[in-house]
Amino acid sequence: MDSIYNDLNAPHSMGTTIIGVTYDGGVVLGADSRTSTGMYVANRASDKITQLTDNVYICRSGSAADSQVLSDYVRYYLHQHTIQLGQPATVKVAANLVRMVSYNNKNMLQTGLIVGGWDKYEGGKIYGIPLGGTLLEQPFTIGGSGSSYLYGFFDQVWKEGMTQDEAEKLVVKAVSLAIARDGASGGVVRTVTINKDGVSRKFFPGNTLPLWHEELEAKDSLLDGLSAASPEPMVS
Amino acid sequence: MSRFEESAPARGGFSFDLCKRNEMLMQKGLKPSSYLKTGTTIVGLVFQDGVILGADTRATEGPIVADKNCEKIHYMAPNIYCCGAGTAADTEAVTDMVSSQLKLHRFHTGRESRVVTALTLLKSHLFSYQGHVSAALVLGGVDVTGPHLHTIYPHGSTDTLPFATMGSGSLAAMAIFESKYREGLTRDEGVKLVAEAICSGIFNDLGSGSNVDVCVITKGNREYLRNYMLPNPRTYVSEKGYSFSKKTEVLLTKITPLRELVEVIEGGDAMEE
Repeated sequence: MDSIYNDLNAPHSMGTTIIGVTYDGGVVLGADSRTSTGMYVANRASDKITQLTDNVYICRSGSAADSQVLSDYVRYYLHQHTIQLGQPATVKVAANLVRMVSYNNKNMLQTGLIVGGWDKYEGGKIYGIPLGGTLLEQPFTIGGSGSSYLYGFFDQVWKEGMTQDEAEKLVVKAVSLAIARDGASGGVVRTVTINKDGVSRKFFPGNTLPLWHEELEAKDSLLDGLSAASPEPMVS
Repeated sequence: MSRFEESAPARGGFSFDLCKRNEMLMQKGLKPSSYLKTGTTIVGLVFQDGVILGADTRATEGPIVADKNCEKIHYMAPNIYCCGAGTAADTEAVTDMVSSQLKLHRFHTGRESRVVTALTLLKSHLFSYQGHVSAALVLGGVDVTGPHLHTIYPHGSTDTLPFATMGSGSLAAMAIFESKYREGLTRDEGVKLVAEAICSGIFNDLGSGSNVDVCVITKGNREYLRNYMLPNPRTYVSEKGYSFSKKTEVLLTKITPLRELVEVIEGGDAMEE
């Protein structure tokens, strides 16, 4: 009995699978939607891709509280920076601000992040900022507990200069593979595509995702058979 | 590393030293003092005209029921209410504190409070205490931007959801919501669903019990339905009545209004030195 209570009071963490890939003309960010407290799924439809500015978004993993507060701070700093600079912030500046906060508070924070966006100087860029506060600019990067299952997949499938469609399909396929294997990832797949034309958000519910090895087809709820008004009485 | 920490001057902010001491003592076998916890089932859902919040009314102190009819739906603003689970003192204190801050903010801005304001105030407070303020909240309200429902966890993370449950009975209540919730419920359907979810927590969770409180918030109006349902009435009352043994001295209670005894000066001169 106590272990259940412990679970409900455990810190809110996002087991997670997060991905960022660049393509010819922009970036695609992808994430699952499961937030867990211990073994209970606290939110099965969370949005882990948060906006920092009009053209820069961040994927959050690890402790939910830490990543939310960090994104709030960086959004505030970037807003000031945009006003002072007089033009939209670059992805590099956003990523550096995230890195500064993450590195300087490394003892107290437990969150891995991926910053992605598009600016007119460098185009689409992805920056990975794992636990200690390292900043790494990469053509693609993966993070979260579900990412362990994707390293081999990306090594094989990644190529430079994909089209937007190819990149989005790749991200959705990768997140759904991770969801199939990682207990801490699940729910729906959310993607955000950022390019010179702006930002577009897409949403892929669980039943539209491809099925992998030994996965069963999702059945609709058994309750759908019962009419809410008058359920059939139990007959012995 | 630890030597540098000790010699550095105090930088302000919350000092976690006593928290470390408490954890060390608990590891050594010291039993923590029992405090009033609201075992609890609290829920909230968004319906077509606003939000509905629900809560049970049992407050526990370890295995004992300390309060059979406590109020877990706290007032934040005329259009915002907050259900609290966790340590009763923490939920009371944090909701009272933010309610005062919201009032001052209303005076300052001259506008109705928004739910996201309450959300940000609560989450920053809880985050700065790193989870030691054990308050898990369901915050709901209707403001100019529409109806909102949020959950706030003790560590300071928040979720925005169409329906939410928290507390030890949250699994039982969530089972009801997941099977019966749909978008665009009417007021009566919503209240019925909330009451059903709370009853599920009351009857299936040992930490929740007694009665159902419901609060319906719509644009410009709120209804606080205290003890909306009383599914646990007292069924046995001894016919013989309850009498004390002869040795017991029963003292008379008499309330004497002081006005009869003293001279009350209304609107007199101000005190002078």
